[in-house]
Amino acid sequence: MKTTKETDVTRLMKPLLLGAALVLAGAASAQTTTTLTVASFPSFDLAVKAAIPLYKKLHPEVEIKLTSLAFGDHHTAMTTALATGSNLPDVMAVEVGFIGKFVESGGLEDLGKAPYNGLQYQSKIAKFTVPQGMSGSGVFAAMPADIGPGALFYRKDLLDKAGVSEADLTKSWESYIESGKKVKAATGAYLLANAVDIKDIYIRSGLQDGEGIFFDKKGTPLINTPRFQKGFELAKAARTAGIDGKIAAWSNEWSEGFKRDKVASQMMGAWLAGHLSNWLAPESKGKWRSAQLPNGAYASWGGSFYAIPKKAANKAAAWEFIKFMTLNKEMQLEAFRSLDAFPSLIEAQSDAFLDQPIEYLGGQKARQMWKVSADKIKAIAVDKYDPVANDVVNAELDKVLEQNKDIKTALADAQEQVKKRVRR
Amino acid sequence: MQAMSEPPLTTAPPVVPASAARKRRRSFRDVAPYVFISPFFILFLVFGLFPLLFSIWMSFHRWEPAAGLEAMQWVGLENYLYVLTNDDGFRKSLYNTVWMAVVSGVPQHLVALPLAFFLHTAFGRWRNAVVGAYFLPFITSTVAISLVFTSLFSRDYGVINAALTGMSHVPVLGWIFPSQNIDWAQPAYIKWMVSSVVWWRYVGFNTVLYLSAIQTIPKDLFEAATMDGAKAWQQFRYVTLPMLKPMVFFAVTLTIIGNLQLFEEPFILTSGGSPTGGNGGIDQAGKTAAMHMYTTAFVDNDFGTASSIAWLLFMVIALVTWANNRLLGEKKA
Repeated sequence: MKTTKETDVTRLMKPLLLGAALVLAGAASAQTTTTLTVASFPSFDLAVKAAIPLYKKLHPEVEIKLTSLAFGDHHTAMTTALATGSNLPDVMAVEVGFIGKFVESGGLEDLGKAPYNGLQYQSKIAKFTVPQGMSGSGVFAAMPADIGPGALFYRKDLLDKAGVSEADLTKSWESYIESGKKVKAATGAYLLANAVDIKDIYIRSGLQDGEGIFFDKKGTPLINTPRFQKGFELAKAARTAGIDGKIAAWSNEWSEGFKRDKVASQMMGAWLAGHLSNWLAPESKGKWRSAQLPNGAYASWGGSFYAIPKKAANKAAAWEFIKFMTLNKEMQLEAFRSLDAFPSLIEAQSDAFLDQPIEYLGGQKARQMWKVSADKIKAIAVDKYDPVANDVVNAELDKVLEQNKDIKTALADAQEQVKKRVRR
Repeated sequence: MQAMSEPPLTTAPPVVPASAARKRRRSFRDVAPYVFISPFFILFLVFGLFPLLFSIWMSFHRWEPAAGLEAMQWVGLENYLYVLTNDDGFRKSLYNTVWMAVVSGVPQHLVALPLAFFLHTAFGRWRNAVVGAYFLPFITSTVAISLVFTSLFSRDYGVINAALTGMSHVPVLGWIFPSQNIDWAQPAYIKWMVSSVVWWRYVGFNTVLYLSAIQTIPKDLFEAATMDGAKAWQQFRYVTLPMLKPMVFFAVTLTIIGNLQLFEEPFILTSGGSPTGGNGGIDQAGKTAAMHMYTTAFVDNDFGTASSIAWLLFMVIALVTWANNRLLGEKKA
């Protein structure tokens, strides 16, 4: 009796079970969700946050998981992830300061090769930024997502008070320093936060496409050269003239300096306008203006990239997402609007959004000016030891500015120290 | 049929299963302690022993971490030789470390000892609250403390400079104080600044150590001293201090180890707002050996050399601790 009962039940259940299994299988095949992990850092992660709902419409089968760490922590975490080959994201955000180290490590996919063939899009992207994502060996490992064309932001009200015009600031470095003296005398404000900024721009200007800032193609340091000599001299002249506040960027003094009208100009990436209006000096609305860098210099500050680690789990989906973030005009503009990330996609640079006046900058159409700058920036070669050289050069410049070290000796010392520290 | 095939539980002799059960119970008892203690050993193996051994292994290699584990290259002692003979940063940072360890460490104990004695004798029921107040800096996050001190020491807007320049307007006393804001990030001041923060942070911890040791000194020693007419100072000098010697040894050892590994305080105090942390400020005057190790690993991207710095630093600490042991430790009869 018992056994027959059981068989009856199974017989009855069979089609039901089968049906359920079919339904489950069907549901599974309809949703084959790929979970795409994206690792990023603030505020660059805002672009991914903005992209998630838009991307969901195009690719409902892809679930995007964003992990975000503070700027320094993110790049440290990515270094360790690449080292051990575990916990790697599918899409990795990389800031330009770390690009040399990551790209030349060999731990990232070559996006120039099949199946990606990323270099076919080269003409669509701001031309100076593609070489930044390439290593010395020509591996295109990181796709540019935004750029930071350099600009000179200045306080029009303070300059007017001192009788200094924009042209006085931008004509030459000498006239920039002279104007600084006038501003200091008339308003008590420093013209710039730190004389180091002048050196930073000077060593980047006058370079041709393919040249590096600190190293030549063979990896020989270029520090003991007239370019650095002049950069150091100009920084020293600004310090001697007493027109810099000796304030490090991003320190408390720096933001307080803007809030208390103590700093009259700042050279940085165009994205600084967003920082100024959001938190650095929201009260100074309408008083700031943007201009091109002095002495016809064009340089870029920052810039962010996306890369795919060689050991990533979903490379195809990752590449689709990266293309969406970097080559989709709407997405690029969305990032421009939401986090002031200047688009690397040329198509997005000619949108009507660029013609809108910026209220914070007194109604200036500054974005057009930044585009002019973006077009003129040279494609500077990146070296993985750039951060080391930067560290050494800044330490030596400190000695020149603070302890009156002779510039020639400082540069020779820096050259030697860099050689030693990279041990090639 | 089915009922028949069931094992005759009730009729079977109870000896076999009972002994098996006891055996099982006993064997579980045998294993239990190891199970309970295993979390520590597992965690220690994963997070303690393995990194330790791996860093020794790493220190004999050139390794660019972002290229993956395959990229390790055996170089023998090259990293150690480089650090010892050619690495100016290591020498300078080691000097800074020792300088700050002494300047922040010695006053810690010179203040903590009498302070503990004072707290022991002068406070009744409020003692714990006062001790708690002194101990508070020790349990506060180093990062939070360093950030607060960064604003206190701020050149243009800091409270310390405001107080100092404010005092310069006071008649008569004014001439001691500067009328200009002091730039604490200058090489001449930065070690003092870091040391003062470290001193402030650990003085309470040492006070607690000494206080707990003072409390274990038998009361009759003090009573006898009082009977003999010893004043408070004499009691401190001839009763408290000798009885505290083992604790002094312990506390000084902790200070040596902690101060030679100094990292967070100078890292943040000298960062000047940099998102990737500080490098010791102008002329790297505030750079400690641990910071040099960090820079070598995460700026220079040279994990092998960084590991060898770590082991050299360990040897220095071991040596100094040994010397301290010879100086203050219990002499074997």
